[in-house]
Amino acid sequence: MTSTDLTVVEARGITKRFGPTVALDNAGIAIRAGETHALVGRNGAGKSTLVSILTGLQRPDLGEVRFAGEPAPPLADRDAWRRLVACVYQRSTIIPALTVAENLFINRQTEGRVINWRALRARARAVLDQYGLDIDAGAPAGTLGIEQRQLVEIARALSFGARFIILDEPTAQLDGPAIGRLFERMRALREQGVTMMFISHHLEEVYEICQTVTVFRDARHVLTRPVAELPHDALVAAMTGEAATAYQARKRQVRKRAPVVLAAHGLTLADRFRDVDLAVRAGEIVGLAGSGSSGKVGLAESLVGLRRPDAGTITINGVTPRPGDVPAALRAGVGFVPQDRHEQGFVPLLSIGENATMPIAHKLGRFGAISPSRRRARAAGMIETLDIKTTGPDQPVGDLSGGNAQKVVLARALADDPAALVVINPTAGVDIKAKRALLGSVEDAAARGAGAVLVSDELDDLRICDRVLVMFHGRVTKELPRGWSESELVAAMEGID
Amino acid sequence: MSEPRTLVRAGARLRLGRFRDLTLVPVIVVLLIAGSFVDPVFLTTGNLTNVLQQQSALALVVLAEALILIAGKFDLSLESTVGMAPAVAVMLVIPVSAGGFGLGIPSGLAIPLCLLIGAAIGAFNGFLIMRFQLSAFVVTLAMLIVVHGLQLGLTGGKSLFALPESFLYLGGATWLGLPAAVWITGLLFAAGIAALAYFRAGRALYAIGGNADAARAAGIRVDRVLWVVFIVGGTLAALAGVLETGRLGGISANQGVGWIFMVFAAAVIGGVSMDGGKGTILGALTGVLVIGLVENILTLKGVPGEWKQLVYGVIILVALMISRVAGGRAQD
Repeated sequence: MTSTDLTVVEARGITKRFGPTVALDNAGIAIRAGETHALVGRNGAGKSTLVSILTGLQRPDLGEVRFAGEPAPPLADRDAWRRLVACVYQRSTIIPALTVAENLFINRQTEGRVINWRALRARARAVLDQYGLDIDAGAPAGTLGIEQRQLVEIARALSFGARFIILDEPTAQLDGPAIGRLFERMRALREQGVTMMFISHHLEEVYEICQTVTVFRDARHVLTRPVAELPHDALVAAMTGEAATAYQARKRQVRKRAPVVLAAHGLTLADRFRDVDLAVRAGEIVGLAGSGSSGKVGLAESLVGLRRPDAGTITINGVTPRPGDVPAALRAGVGFVPQDRHEQGFVPLLSIGENATMPIAHKLGRFGAISPSRRRARAAGMIETLDIKTTGPDQPVGDLSGGNAQKVVLARALADDPAALVVINPTAGVDIKAKRALLGSVEDAAARGAGAVLVSDELDDLRICDRVLVMFHGRVTKELPRGWSESELVAAMEGID
Repeated sequence: MSEPRTLVRAGARLRLGRFRDLTLVPVIVVLLIAGSFVDPVFLTTGNLTNVLQQQSALALVVLAEALILIAGKFDLSLESTVGMAPAVAVMLVIPVSAGGFGLGIPSGLAIPLCLLIGAAIGAFNGFLIMRFQLSAFVVTLAMLIVVHGLQLGLTGGKSLFALPESFLYLGGATWLGLPAAVWITGLLFAAGIAALAYFRAGRALYAIGGNADAARAAGIRVDRVLWVVFIVGGTLAALAGVLETGRLGGISANQGVGWIFMVFAAAVIGGVSMDGGKGTILGALTGVLVIGLVENILTLKGVPGEWKQLVYGVIILVALMISRVAGGRAQD
């Protein structure tokens, strides 16, 4: 660093072990005043551990953390830490049952003994106003959307007086326009002199909002550079440790006469989507794009029976399953990857084998019995095809990294060789290598003759689609054939053209 | 955009939320009206005072359980503490001839000893749950059996009738026209309501029950607070034992046995969530009142004892459904 007094926070020679695993190995980071500093790395690179060390939640085994050249306060002194560093964690720390005001001032509701709720709400309103948030301080936090909750967390973090804030994957759960609004706020904060550390899997965001980037790989520090001096490919290479290229969509020709495997006619669900027609042919991948309120996820969930449409018909592989009935849709030959893998994708305590073969359990034995050896064999096959990093089919899915857990979810969707595949945000929160493997598997399925619907907030993912349907306020407003430009797609998603 | 709409909706829900504590009030009103038709005695001061006194011990256990549930934990062993703490405390002060240990401890210490025993049971529960990271449900289920077993073993399964003066006084005294037990319970509920609404320590229970990790990140000493909650819970259950003993004039071998179902029923119909982080002490109190009024009406109506259980269960289910409809929120 050019000068230590400009360094807001510095971690030097940090080593942290959890049992046999080394989470950080002599790693470090130095962040200068006023910059927005990206920390990137694949899942398991040690980013989260560094965050908990920088925020004083964990003590490093070796090494030290310094704030503006001063040694960090003792771990027990939470207030001192919070005056130095604020953090918006990956997992929400908003308590839904409490009001926004109380969430803002949790565990410091009052200086005195008795809580004065009126004064608390007034203080909360002052904080919300200061950050320009139009949120009712008296509303239960559970009634806020994800974006508003995150803004409340940022406001709370900063209200302790810290001038350095860590944002741990703040964009993971936001849709395009919300990310744009978040970035506007981040720019405004930077102008006020707030220093930020920004963690994201989306490298284009790093280029958009950050000045400096630090790459971690396998628990080690790899490089720190100004963003402007580091081209995209070099950044990816630093993260993966190999020369890398972005995922190359394969060339594919959909036969004009191929049968329609998944169709919808006049599909309507109140407040979600209206009058949607859709026909996916065997061997075709159809993308669904749109903002968070476009209804694309609701539509995909209706196709697989997770939601029951108010009107319209769905045909899968020539049969019409009962609407809103997942088992019927599965029987008809659909495989799907749900939006939230943690909530709907897998049972964390069960093994990979059990999770991946859940829909085909009836094929693994007779009279409701399941043959463990046949299950293991099927699971071993899936682990190999999808390249799941694991100790074996008996490992619980909850122990896997995000990308590998998502592969298990995809393996389950593909377990029965579905005629139609519905995949929602498959690459959310997974790293580059896993992303490639996941998209590759979807393309493999299409090559085998499945028709696929791919819903994604990642525009890059949609490159594998033969055509992309853009939804806006519940209607399909545009269809783009392969070879679309990003600006074209974004304009359609925002409803500009 | 949709922004202003969200705000309006949040505001409306808040106003409803303010009354969510009181969703059982219509049920109580219905019970009062129904009761007055069942028997003219029902609406007399004497009868209603009687209901309050009968329910005061149960109410204290509900208060204890509500605190623990709001903090996101569980304690099933409270019902055994209700019998065991006073039994052992009494045995410590009475002579061998009356069924005690004959240690010659002054009988004035009986109540402090009883509360101490309750606190110790709570502390041990907390120790097992926090230090050994065990499930509160399983630990306190085992402790329910252990604590009751201890009472049976020590008393030889016999009832104790040689009670110290202090127990009998609290059971029978009347302060300003109301039984002492009602005063004690009422004051403790008032303290609980105030603590959970206006003090940081009380709000910490909601934070811990709502999201323990978030509470920890906010600097709340989660384990210590939970430990204190278990100790307070055990102490309140022991006090409930004192009041119940004084009211009945003796400690039978099964004092408190089976209470825990009523306790959970009262807390849950009063709006306290089994998942933690939700509910109020006032709500729990309305739950107790519903149960007390139902019991009183059944007695006045002369419903045979064998049928009471069934009627009880059905009425709790109905109360749950009413509070669900009135509160507009899924029960959890």
